[in-house]
Amino acid sequence: MFWITIRRIIKSGWINFKRSGLISTAAVLITTITLSVITALILFQAMLTGAIEVVKNKVDITVFFSINTSEDQILTLKQQLEQLPEVAVVDYTSADQEVLEFRERHANDYLTLQALDELGDNPFGGSFRIKAVDSGQYESIAALLEGDSALAKDNATLIERVNYSQNKQAIDRLNALIAGSREGGLAATILFIIISVTIMFTTVRLTIYTVREEIGIMRLVGASKMYARGPFIVEGFLYGFFAWLITIALFFPLTYLVNRGAGELLGFDVYHYYIAHLAVLGGITFVVAAALGFLSSWLAVRKYLNV
Amino acid sequence: MITFVNVSKIYQNGAVALEDVSLEIEKGEFVTIVGPSGAGKTTLSKLVLAEEYPTEGTVLFENVDINALPSRSITGLRRRIGTIFQEFRLLQNKTAYENIAFAMEAAGKSDSEIVSDVPHVLQLVDLQDRMFHFPSQLSGGEKQRLAIARAIINQPEVIIADEPTGNLDAGNTLEVVHILKKINELGTTVILTTHNKEIIDSVGRRVIALEKGRLVSDEVREIKESKRKK
Repeated sequence: MFWITIRRIIKSGWINFKRSGLISTAAVLITTITLSVITALILFQAMLTGAIEVVKNKVDITVFFSINTSEDQILTLKQQLEQLPEVAVVDYTSADQEVLEFRERHANDYLTLQALDELGDNPFGGSFRIKAVDSGQYESIAALLEGDSALAKDNATLIERVNYSQNKQAIDRLNALIAGSREGGLAATILFIIISVTIMFTTVRLTIYTVREEIGIMRLVGASKMYARGPFIVEGFLYGFFAWLITIALFFPLTYLVNRGAGELLGFDVYHYYIAHLAVLGGITFVVAAALGFLSSWLAVRKYLNV
Repeated sequence: MITFVNVSKIYQNGAVALEDVSLEIEKGEFVTIVGPSGAGKTTLSKLVLAEEYPTEGTVLFENVDINALPSRSITGLRRRIGTIFQEFRLLQNKTAYENIAFAMEAAGKSDSEIVSDVPHVLQLVDLQDRMFHFPSQLSGGEKQRLAIARAIINQPEVIIADEPTGNLDAGNTLEVVHILKKINELGTTVILTTHNKEIIDSVGRRVIALEKGRLVSDEVREIKESKRKK
């Protein structure tokens, strides 16, 4: 009997969904907006993270070595630095490479190249470009190289200068921007989700308000609470399901157009990100759609069941 | 079968719907409850259906206190009572067939029972041609006949008809009363509320009069009916 009841509830919910054409369409559209807001915010967060990564990759600390420092000493220091947990990458540029790059950069600057030639010896020492695991760790890495640490003391004669203090302002601004973007993005995400979920809940409540008397009639002709409530929950689930299908389909052209229009500017391929993460995004939005449809109907019907 | 013991019902706004009403309805009776609007007729019906609870007193159905029943048992009680309302109270989104099938499904009837019984009961109330019409496509009389079909489909022990003819013309009114009498002849207890004197006279039987929530008379009018027959 249980399965017969479930079958009847599902059938009844489907028939109600089909017959309440305009109301069902309105509920599906509102749910679509809710899911679109959630999907857009997830993509926005990914885009923000992507943009921050791009900027972060442009920031580093450069360590310039004295010209008398041998390559062995530099490579030993490189190994020591790479063992530090806050250091992600250490790129070594030798003195010979430095002078080559300098010449390339000033290929059209005859006077500078002439001055370099007159010096005779290579005036450059080697250099490190150090990337931190997190942009907030540059200060501690710089302190290890410049301050009173054992590493700094051992290598004091090797290092000519560390450009952290020159980059400090840019790094600090970046850190503030990252923190601000994350907090702001999260706050906006939560706010938009609350607004759209509230609108969806209200829509479903209104659709059920229009049939509140019918719920009472069902109870009076002998329907149990579960039997009276069931079809409305199925309807709520169907709002979510169809809205989910529309949202998934809608974001293919939408992300494609955003990518075509502003992909390069943003430095983030939102279209391919959407396709690559479709399973995850689809899964999240499906769970949200099903839960919203189920919960909103459950709560809305509850009020009218006590007949 | 149904017993009211010193029942009073006072609504939250202070309106007194019933005041110290005591009565007993036997199995198989046809009872007409009469009184002007606001006399408490509908409240009395709602108390039997456990749609409302008495402020004081007890309503018993076969010696069981209705108001002490848990939700699940109230559902069971309602399956033993068929209800017909003045405003029909049909499910607007369902066809005539589905309205009746819903009551059977809710009572746990099998698909084969539904398929065989629904067309039969629709034929009984002369709605076989309106089987797949929605309530909005039916006339007032047809709606009420559909409501009657829904009320009797599960062969209830009691039918409560609350002003079932209030929205009907004279022809349909007589038809509804005729159907209710037939149902009663088959052994079902019928409680009919009305303020229409013609109906009271055409039914005869026991008449309970309410006024301002108080029971003012309880008499049998079979004599009147037999006189009219003569």
